[in-house]
Amino acid sequence: MSALRVDRVGPLATIQDLGRPGWFDSGVGAAGAADRASLRLANRLVGNAEGAAGIEVLLGGLELLAQRHVTVAVTGASAPVTVDDRPMGTASVLEIEEGQRLRLGFAASGLRSYVAVRGGIEVSPVLGSRSRDTLSGIGPEPLRAGDVLPVGPPPRALPIVDVAPVPALGNDLLTVRAVPGPRADWFTDAEALFAGEWTVSPDTDRVGARLDRRRGPALQRCVASELPTEGMALGSVQVPPSGQPVVFLADHPITGGYPVIAVVVDADVDTVAQARPGQALRFRRIE
Amino acid sequence: MTDPEQLDVAGSVRAAGDHALLVIPPLPAMIEAVMSALQPRPRGVVDLLPAAETVLVTLDSPQSRDPVRKRLLALLARLEAGVSAGDLRLPDRSPVGIGVAVSGSGGERSEREPVVIPVRYGGEDLPEVARLLDVSEAEVVGRHTGIVWRCAFVGFAPGFGYLESPDARLTVPRRTQARTAIPAGAVALAGGYSAVYPRRSPGGWQVIGTTDASMWDVDRDPPALVRAGTPVRFVDAGRQS
Repeated sequence: MSALRVDRVGPLATIQDLGRPGWFDSGVGAAGAADRASLRLANRLVGNAEGAAGIEVLLGGLELLAQRHVTVAVTGASAPVTVDDRPMGTASVLEIEEGQRLRLGFAASGLRSYVAVRGGIEVSPVLGSRSRDTLSGIGPEPLRAGDVLPVGPPPRALPIVDVAPVPALGNDLLTVRAVPGPRADWFTDAEALFAGEWTVSPDTDRVGARLDRRRGPALQRCVASELPTEGMALGSVQVPPSGQPVVFLADHPITGGYPVIAVVVDADVDTVAQARPGQALRFRRIE
Repeated sequence: MTDPEQLDVAGSVRAAGDHALLVIPPLPAMIEAVMSALQPRPRGVVDLLPAAETVLVTLDSPQSRDPVRKRLLALLARLEAGVSAGDLRLPDRSPVGIGVAVSGSGGERSEREPVVIPVRYGGEDLPEVARLLDVSEAEVVGRHTGIVWRCAFVGFAPGFGYLESPDARLTVPRRTQARTAIPAGAVALAGGYSAVYPRRSPGGWQVIGTTDASMWDVDRDPPALVRAGTPVRFVDAGRQS
């Protein structure tokens, strides 16, 4: 049942759920929401299963017209939300009537907002998921103005709260926890990653976030030989010869050829996915 | 090629964050034995990704890490015991590659019929490959079609399989400069592997031909024509009448 018309999109808006694990033997990664906790929260707010498909909006700029009554929630980056130009809260349950317009302005902090619709976006799944994998080109095409999105039947569960207390994503220094990586022994001092601070480079997308040194020691390798291709986990901090690490996000290649110095713990991958270019980041070592 | 007796056979299981483990078996040739010992997937394991010398094991939660790690360490100990007891048979690298049979593991060998991929040879890099190997172009084609390749692992793009040769007689380096666009169906060589590009993408492999075979089709089950363990035979389409 069609329920939402896309009238505008900003830099990028894709349909995402919690991804398609289980396809490594075909060369396909999991993809899914870059910030899974935010998608889950948005879904819970509207009474959906946590894995229902929603819209991941990069920076904002999305405009949707309701073609019938819908219940939505917006979470993640702090994009200002309006319904017919009336400001609304984020992480709250919004009832939108037929003919009303939901707009997301540009986020002041964080990178990705999530729009969940009660019933979920019901485009056809590909290999069991409605996620767009931007690296592989699998799954529903990124949204374009004029698209009409089908919304599924409402689930049995009803929204149980009106608003969730969520701390706003700031633009301050982020701390993410990481475990020493499977190839930490390829570096003269793998602890160097955890010293000082990094800056998120403008070269960040759903595939990965590249980091520049803000202050602290360089990452130096003690093993010069080439790493035979190996599997890469979500959150892997891969270090190419430049010494500028890349943190692998949702659409990362499943294999790689550069050593992994550390791996960001699963829960904190969501934080890296919300880090804006220019934002400072440090790694805290845990076992 | 390698004598197991002379190797440091200690494999390891390393953390790859709190949701994955990287298994490094004592010998790269044991990847297949590790894979078959993990079928069906143990509880807590989401997916398995074999590669050149490792298997990445992804987990459903941090709580699964310790039990799965214990199980993997026990498996590696069994494999190492097999090596020192000498009952690890490293079969000839023919006809379908480097499978390892470990007694008692019930290791699944690729006895399957190879997937046949017709190729129009004459790719842009065929002359360069012949020069690097110091043989004629016809000999390159002869070597490429004369053996059964085996998909060691997949990666890079959906449906991109790294095909391993039993005799390694087509080992050439990547091009010094990668191409920005390699067309879908390009048949290429690099680093001892052969592969077919499933879709147009950048790439640095040496292109020796093209095929119309559909390497990737999401509407097919399974979508990838070639998966880890699949045997592959290339045939010269130009020679078919």
